[in-house]
Amino acid sequence: MIAQSMKMAWKSISSNKMRSFLTMLGIIIGVISLVVLVSLVSGTTESVNSQISSMGSNMLTVSIKDDKGSPMKLADVTALAEDEEIEEAAPVAQSSVTASSTYSEETASVYGTTGAYAGIQDLELYAGRFLKNTDVENHTNVAVINAGLATEVMGRMNVVGETVSLNGVAYEIVGVLAARDSDSTTTQNYEAYIPYTSLIRLTEDVSSSITSFCVSASSEDTLDHADTVLTEAMMGRFGQDEDAFTIVNQSTVMEAMESVNNTLALLLGGIAAISLLVGGIGIMNIMLVSVTERTREIGIRKAIGANRGTIMMQFLIEALMLSLLGCVIGILLSWTILQIISAAGGSDTAYALSVGVVWISIAFSLGIGVVFGIYPANKAAKKRPIDALRYTG
Amino acid sequence: MIVLNDVSKVYHIGESEVYALDHANMRIREGEFVSIIGPSGSGKSTMMNIIGCLDIADSGQYLLDGQPIEEYTETELAKIRNRKIGFIFQTFNLIGNMTAAENIELPLIYQKISREERKEQVAQALEKVRLSGRGKHKPNELSGGQQQRVAIARAIASRPSLFLADEPTGNLDSATGREIMELFHELHTQGNTIVLITHDNSIARQASRSIHILDGKIREVAR
Repeated sequence: MIAQSMKMAWKSISSNKMRSFLTMLGIIIGVISLVVLVSLVSGTTESVNSQISSMGSNMLTVSIKDDKGSPMKLADVTALAEDEEIEEAAPVAQSSVTASSTYSEETASVYGTTGAYAGIQDLELYAGRFLKNTDVENHTNVAVINAGLATEVMGRMNVVGETVSLNGVAYEIVGVLAARDSDSTTTQNYEAYIPYTSLIRLTEDVSSSITSFCVSASSEDTLDHADTVLTEAMMGRFGQDEDAFTIVNQSTVMEAMESVNNTLALLLGGIAAISLLVGGIGIMNIMLVSVTERTREIGIRKAIGANRGTIMMQFLIEALMLSLLGCVIGILLSWTILQIISAAGGSDTAYALSVGVVWISIAFSLGIGVVFGIYPANKAAKKRPIDALRYTG
Repeated sequence: MIVLNDVSKVYHIGESEVYALDHANMRIREGEFVSIIGPSGSGKSTMMNIIGCLDIADSGQYLLDGQPIEEYTETELAKIRNRKIGFIFQTFNLIGNMTAAENIELPLIYQKISREERKEQVAQALEKVRLSGRGKHKPNELSGGQQQRVAIARAIASRPSLFLADEPTGNLDSATGREIMELFHELHTQGNTIVLITHDNSIARQASRSIHILDGKIREVAR
């Protein structure tokens, strides 16, 4: 019986192609907006998350605003690592320089730090080595460059042993960082890492008083312990003034980011759901028209033996078919749109159809088909055969 | 097999009551070919609706094959219409977006008959009305007479115990009307019960018995 009703529903849908398509369009647009928007947000969340976690998810960043006359020196930072909660500590100073070689020239960010930085930030080497403590002690002019700088300024990746010029000063390249597929900043940003002591000489912006450094906790689980230990140490140093410094906890950043994205997904999903609802009203509207138009047909069917349930089923299935067909078309179009956006956005943005939202949109369309189909179907089922047969539309 | 005992149907038009059927008594035996004749407004259609289980009498009793119809629910009535009654209407009442064969198949679907059996019964019915080969045509591709034959085939296919025809020749020219009447005679000789409602005396006279109806009252005229 259901198979027969589906056949009849399909017949009625396909015999009014334009009208059926326009009716489905509401659902199609609703599903597309729901699926595409939510997929975009969850894709962005994933890419942001992977970027944050690629920076090391057991990392704390400290910036000092007011040193109260007792500035942190290199040795003070290194000494922090003696606490068992803290794995490593490294100063970070940043400056902007012109990086050049015989091949090309670009504006690059240069970071002054120590050997511990690679471990904290979880940096991966493509070739060579990272900075060593001896480089820092001897103020050596050595540099580790990232993949972006290597390919754009040096022209290729394997450039260990060659020389790069930073603001006119020659630095020997001792290591090249690997490019990461998950993180486009490794290839799109131009970065060089040199000993902290060398950076003091290279630019006047940076002095031996450290204003920013990062530490890593011994494990991800003990990040909060490390946070406490570090806060105490800093409070002790700067006379219990909590405004003198700020500690940024990587996991808090990630949580904040996630909650922002979830709110965004919910908001956009809500707006899209409203357009789905409007699509549902469209279905109800056209089903009501269809029921009136087919009053005579309903009369004939009832006269030759269809009961209320049969008629109800037929019209309900027709409404469901419209909404589910719209849903399927919408999902296919969403997939296409996401592919196009991904292709246009480059390797950076891989937006996949989020499976969860596909199920949600199917469930939603099903619900809309039933909710908005049941009233017209019931109206059709309730028609008295003698009135329906006499009807001349 | 059809027994009407004191059946009345009242319509309320404004304040006044109009008896479409006024204490009608009637009896039609199995295998009879009966015509019900009367001018328009005489209560013919109401009679047809009640006999066809499309409507329920306000008072009195209607027995179809010994079953008191007024006691049935709507769903049971649908089942009775489906299995016991084959309707043939003046305006054919075929479903426009279905082919002739699909139209004939429809009551069989409601009877929950298997696909193979349906196909067979549809083919047989089409053969009986001499329309084999026209099964795939839509109603609007057929002439009026052919459409009415499809409607008769639809009634035949469901194997009813009663053929109920309402002015079956009313929308046809006299030649085609005669063909249709021939089909009814054939059905009659095969032992089917036929009730034919008409206002046309020449049609009514072809039945083995005519029942006259006027102002909702029955005056039987034996042949």
